Amino acid sequence: MASPVIKVENLSKAYQIGQIGTGTISRDLERFWVTKIMGKEDPFLRIGETNDRSTKGGSDIVWSLKDINFEINQGDAVGIIGKNGAGKSTLLKLLSRVTSPTTGEIKVKGRIASLLEVGTGFHPELSGRENIYLNGAILGMRKKEITRKLAEIIDFSGVERYVDTPVKRYSSGMYVRLAFAVAAHLESEILIVDEVLAVGDAEFQKKCLGKMGDISKGEGRTVLFVSHNMAAVKSLCTKGIVLENGLVGFNGTVDDSIDYYLMNADNYAQKKWQINQAPSADFIRLLEAKVLNEKGEVVLNHPITDDIKIEFTYEILKEDQLFLHGFNLFNGHNIHILSSHDKDSSTLKIPLSKGIHKKTVTVPGNFLAEGSYNCSFAIMRYNPFHVEFHEMEVVGFNVIDEISESTVRGNYSGRFPGIVRPLLNWK
Amino acid sequence: MKGNIQSEDWNLVIKGHTSLFDLKFNDLWRYRDLLFMFVKRDFVSFYKQTVLGPLWFFIQPIFTTLVFTFVFGNLAKISTDGLPQQLFYLSGITAWNYFSDCLSKTSTVFRDNAAIFGKVYFPRLIMPLSIVVSNLVRFGVQMCLMLIMMFYFWTQNAAFHVTYSIIFFPFLVLLMALLGLGMGLIITAMTTKYRDLTFLVTFGVQLLMYGTTVIYPLSAAPEKYKRIIELNPMTGIIEAFRYAFLGKGEFTAWSIGYSVVVTVIVLFLGIIIFNKTEKNFVDTI
Repeated sequence: MASPVIKVENLSKAYQIGQIGTGTISRDLERFWVTKIMGKEDPFLRIGETNDRSTKGGSDIVWSLKDINFEINQGDAVGIIGKNGAGKSTLLKLLSRVTSPTTGEIKVKGRIASLLEVGTGFHPELSGRENIYLNGAILGMRKKEITRKLAEIIDFSGVERYVDTPVKRYSSGMYVRLAFAVAAHLESEILIVDEVLAVGDAEFQKKCLGKMGDISKGEGRTVLFVSHNMAAVKSLCTKGIVLENGLVGFNGTVDDSIDYYLMNADNYAQKKWQINQAPSADFIRLLEAKVLNEKGEVVLNHPITDDIKIEFTYEILKEDQLFLHGFNLFNGHNIHILSSHDKDSSTLKIPLSKGIHKKTVTVPGNFLAEGSYNCSFAIMRYNPFHVEFHEMEVVGFNVIDEISESTVRGNYSGRFPGIVRPLLNWK
Repeated sequence: MKGNIQSEDWNLVIKGHTSLFDLKFNDLWRYRDLLFMFVKRDFVSFYKQTVLGPLWFFIQPIFTTLVFTFVFGNLAKISTDGLPQQLFYLSGITAWNYFSDCLSKTSTVFRDNAAIFGKVYFPRLIMPLSIVVSNLVRFGVQMCLMLIMMFYFWTQNAAFHVTYSIIFFPFLVLLMALLGLGMGLIITAMTTKYRDLTFLVTFGVQLLMYGTTVIYPLSAAPEKYKRIIELNPMTGIIEAFRYAFLGKGEFTAWSIGYSVVVTVIVLFLGIIIFNKTEKNFVDTI
C-alpha cells in the first residue's frame, strides 16, 4: 500500500479582511493583553465564519481554510479544484511555506518544490545561464546539482542560442520556456504546480504537460496541480480534491472530483414538475425536461465533441392550438449564449392532439466552450406574437473539454478563451 | 509499532506556532549556495550597463570626503586629532557607509522582496545575509581607496601610523555587519505592519552618523555629550577602526566590549523577531 507523503490535519487559515493599518498598534496591544496576560482566546479570531465571498460577514476575520483534512500518497497526481475564492491559493501557499497556518499542521515526507509562478527571482540583467543558477537556487537546488543538469535544462528550454543574453532581451515565450525548464528539473519528491504554469505555445505546453506526467507517472513523484482548467486536470491527475468555501467538498478520483465540482454548479440534467407548479399556459403544461447524450441517456456532463439533446415533455390541454417552441441558453456566468425557436415547427400548421407530446432540440458537439450551462424553455404564438410562458433554469448540463485531436483545443492545454468553441473550417 | 515508525518519518511539519527559538539554522546552511547567487546578482546587476562600472564605488566616498573636508575641516574647523583631514574623514565614512548600507538595505528586505517571498519558500534570512555580504564587496573596494590614500599620505610623511590593532580589523568588520544586520532585521520586521518606520530609517541613519564619531574624534566631544556618544555602539567600533589604521582613537577593552554586547543582543533580538515575522508577513504587507 502506498504511504502518505503529505498529511494535512485540521488545517485552518484566517485572514484579516478590510483595512489593515489604523489602530493596529492598539489592537495588537489588546490582543497581546487578552491572549498572553489573561490567557483567553484571541478575540479577533473568535468567529468561525466560512469563507463565502458573496455574503457580507460580521467580523474582520475570514477563514480562507477551515479544518481541512486529507492525505496524499506517494506517486499520486492530485488536482485541486474549486471556484475562485474556495481556498485553493491559500492551500498552495501553506503547502509551499510562503505563509503559515493559523491552526493545524501539515506533515510532509520528502522535499517539496512549489511553483506558484514561473521564473521567480529572474533578474532581467542577468543572462539566461546565470538566471538558471539563480532560479534553481531559489527553488532549492544546490549549485552542483544545477551544473549537472545545466545541459539538460538548456536543451529542454530550447533557447540555447540566447543562453548568454540577458533575459530582458528575451521574448515572453522564451522567458517562460527557460523558467519552466528550470522548474521541471527540480529533484524534489513533491511538486506543487499552480495553473499559471500552463503558458507558452502549444508545442511547449505539450512538452510541459508531458514532463509533468513523467514526473508523476514515470518517476513516482507526487504532484499537486491547482487549476480551473478541467481538461488539464483530467489529463494530468489521477486524484482530485474539491475545495468549497474553505472546506474539502470532495476527495476521490479525478473523474469523480470533476463530476462533483461541475455538479455543484446547481445544475440538474432532469427536472419534473408537479402539476400545480408546472410552467403552463391555458392550453399547455410543461411536465418534464431532460438533457440526453447521443445514446439517449440522461447525463449531466458531456464531452465537448458530443451532441447534447434537450428533450421537453409537455401536455396539450386544449385542441386546435397553433404554437411554437423556443429556448435560451446561458452559461455559468449567466451570459446569454443563444436563443432559438423552431420557426418551421409543424405545430404552427397542424394542431396537436390532447395528451402528452415531446420536443427535442440538439446542441451540436464542438460548439459550446467548456463550462456549465442552463437553459430556459418557452412556448410562443405567432400572429400576433405572444409568449405564453418562458420558464428560466429549466435544466442544465456541463461541457467538458478534452485534450485530443478531435477537439478545437487539440493539444493545447492552457487557458482557452471565448464563450463558444466551435470547430471552424480553416482553409 | 508501524504507526510509531511512520510518525517519525515526517521530515517537515508545517505548523502555525513554533518555538520562538526555532531558528532553522540547518535550513540556512542547506541554502548557502543561494546566498552567493544573490551576492553575484547584486554585484553584476549593479554595474551592468554603466560606463564606469565598479568605479562608482569610489566616487561617493571621494566626494563625501571632499565635502566634509571643506565644511567640517576648513569652515567649522573641527579637530581631527592631528590626523590629515582627508584620511580622518575617509576612514570614518568608509566604516560608517558599510554599517549604514547594511542597516538601511536590510531594513527594507520584506518590502523589497515581497513578490519573491510571496511565491517561493527559502530561509528568509538568506536575503539580509546576502545584502551584508554584497555590501562587503563594496566595502572592500572602498577600503582599497583608503589604502591608496594612506599610501599617498605616507609618502607625504603625514602624521599617522598603523598600529598592531589592525589584526582586529576583520573582527571590527564583522561587528559592523552584525550590528547593521540586527538593527535592520528589527526594523524590517516592524515595517511589515507599521510602514512609518521606513521614513524614520532614511533620516534616522543620517542623524545617527552625527551621533557617531565620523566627523569628529571622541576626544574632541564635549564632556557632557561624551557619555551619550559612547552609548552609541558604533562609536566604539569606528574609534577602534581609526586607531587600527591611523593610530588615533579611543580603543579600549571597555569600549569595544560594550559594542560587542550590544551587537549580540541586537542581533539575537533581530533574528528572533525576523523569524517570527517571516511566517506571516505575506498576509499583511
